[in-house]
Amino acid sequence: MNAILTVANKEFHDGLRNRWVMSISLIFALLATGLAYFGAAASGQAGFTNLSTTLVSLASLAVFVIPLIALMLAYDGVVGEDESGTLLLLMTYPLSRWQLVLGKMMGHWMIMAFSTIIGFGLSAIIMGVFSDTTTWSELIMPYAFFITFATLLGWIFIAIATMISASVAEKSKAAGLALIVWFVFVFMFDLSLLGLLVGTEGNVNAELFPYLLLLNPTDIFRLIIISFFADQQLTGLMAVAQHAQFSMFSLISSMLAWFVALVLGAIALFNKRKL
Amino acid sequence: MNIVELQQAEKHYQSVQALKSVDLSLQQGEVLGLFGHNGAGKTTIIKLVLGLIKPTSGQVRVFGEDPAGDNSYHLRRQLGFLQENVSFYQQMTGHEVLAYFAKLKGCDKKHVKDLLEEVGLAHAAMRRVKTYSKGMRQRLGLAQALLGQPKLLLLDEPTVGLDPIATQDFYQGIAKLKAQGSTIILCSHVLAGVEKYIDRALILGQGHILAEGSLSTLSEQTKLPVTFQLQGANLQLPSDLQASSSVTDHGVQVQVSQQQKMAALQQLVALPSLENIDIHMPSLEDIYTHYMNELQHREPPQ
Repeated sequence: MNAILTVANKEFHDGLRNRWVMSISLIFALLATGLAYFGAAASGQAGFTNLSTTLVSLASLAVFVIPLIALMLAYDGVVGEDESGTLLLLMTYPLSRWQLVLGKMMGHWMIMAFSTIIGFGLSAIIMGVFSDTTTWSELIMPYAFFITFATLLGWIFIAIATMISASVAEKSKAAGLALIVWFVFVFMFDLSLLGLLVGTEGNVNAELFPYLLLLNPTDIFRLIIISFFADQQLTGLMAVAQHAQFSMFSLISSMLAWFVALVLGAIALFNKRKL
Repeated sequence: MNIVELQQAEKHYQSVQALKSVDLSLQQGEVLGLFGHNGAGKTTIIKLVLGLIKPTSGQVRVFGEDPAGDNSYHLRRQLGFLQENVSFYQQMTGHEVLAYFAKLKGCDKKHVKDLLEEVGLAHAAMRRVKTYSKGMRQRLGLAQALLGQPKLLLLDEPTVGLDPIATQDFYQGIAKLKAQGSTIILCSHVLAGVEKYIDRALILGQGHILAEGSLSTLSEQTKLPVTFQLQGANLQLPSDLQASSSVTDHGVQVQVSQQQKMAALQQLVALPSLENIDIHMPSLEDIYTHYMNELQHREPPQ
């Protein structure tokens, strides 16, 4: 356990040192505050509006940004050390492979969690101070909920990035693969599902089709956030989930299942890596 | 008990036979020099001893245990390793890097400062590794290898990038560690200067052991001649040495076998007009070149 924490601690400090934590926090804070203030600009007004609308829109933005940041943060975690020669050295230390890779992921998770809390937390505070329509007590729970699952989404993509990093021999390859993964989960997947719907003129198995959404962690995240705010309509592709009526419990469980599976996958891939 | 023991260890990668049936044993306090061309199998032996890879066949034992086995965890605390071309974490200071490795190895933080002092990096401890010269990085690597006073040290090209003084300091450090009872495996391309500090040499070529033994044994085996370089006006060599002499730019050169050395020397010193005499014994470099030439004659490169 000690060795894992040592590695995690080093990764986290690297994140502080090279300004990852600061940049991510800043992006999140700007994104959240901007959206809260200008979210209603389309309807001709600026200013803090409805909290649930804000957070649901923020969720659809976050599914673009969070995976991208997580992948960029962690894609070179293993392969970068290999290229600088320190991976070989670390493996001669009293440290198991799973400990090293788990420690690396934990360090990145800490960076993600820390920045998410700071970034979105900051925007919650700004909203609390400047908005006349929302009270503090109304604000805390939704934001805490949002931050928790935004963090989990980030953690999932950090695990994916680590899997990529553990399975390739060059940094540039890892970067390319990370980009493809991002594209697939953020664009391709939803587009394919929509394409399928349109192509079959909606003639799909209404019972089964919604479950396809569970194959994409970003979609689960959006469903969780939308479901949390009971007053929000399922729009766009999310609307297909109406047929399945996922419970909050099953949504959260499937997201956690993704997380655990990917972490185990990253460890397994790293164990197989040749030195 | 042998500190390191390889029994008919072989290692194959898909199409390459990196190591062919190597036997090797190393006792406590011995310093072994590992020499060979690129791809001769030096790194493979080091990786086997470190437990980073498993032999395809044969056996590897370190402190009597399998270095790639389940107990390797404790074994590794007693190992020190310095690899070729390690660049460490550029953004961290030398002190931070060493403190990180110390923590992973489970040794006291106090040693970090002492070790930095010992390798002459105390003044640069708070500077980022990015600003270090190659020699400084190498010394940081050495400090890293010495963490926790390892009983077995594996050093891959330790003197690359070090200036002559630093190289000498380094080898004196090796002698000190040996005196303290450490066992050391030293891999090097730079042959000059190593001789004095190694007990035994292992010369590898294309995955085979070409020669193994102390330097005196090896130089006897190779039957390399002793060379005398003589300077003086009108040197009249004794008749029995004339056959083995030749004239060079620097004077007269005489080559005799190692057994004849003393007899020949006495004869040469007695020459009336002799002004200067240089004696060149077969060096590690000569021995190495000899075996490499032999290898080339045996297996012409495809």
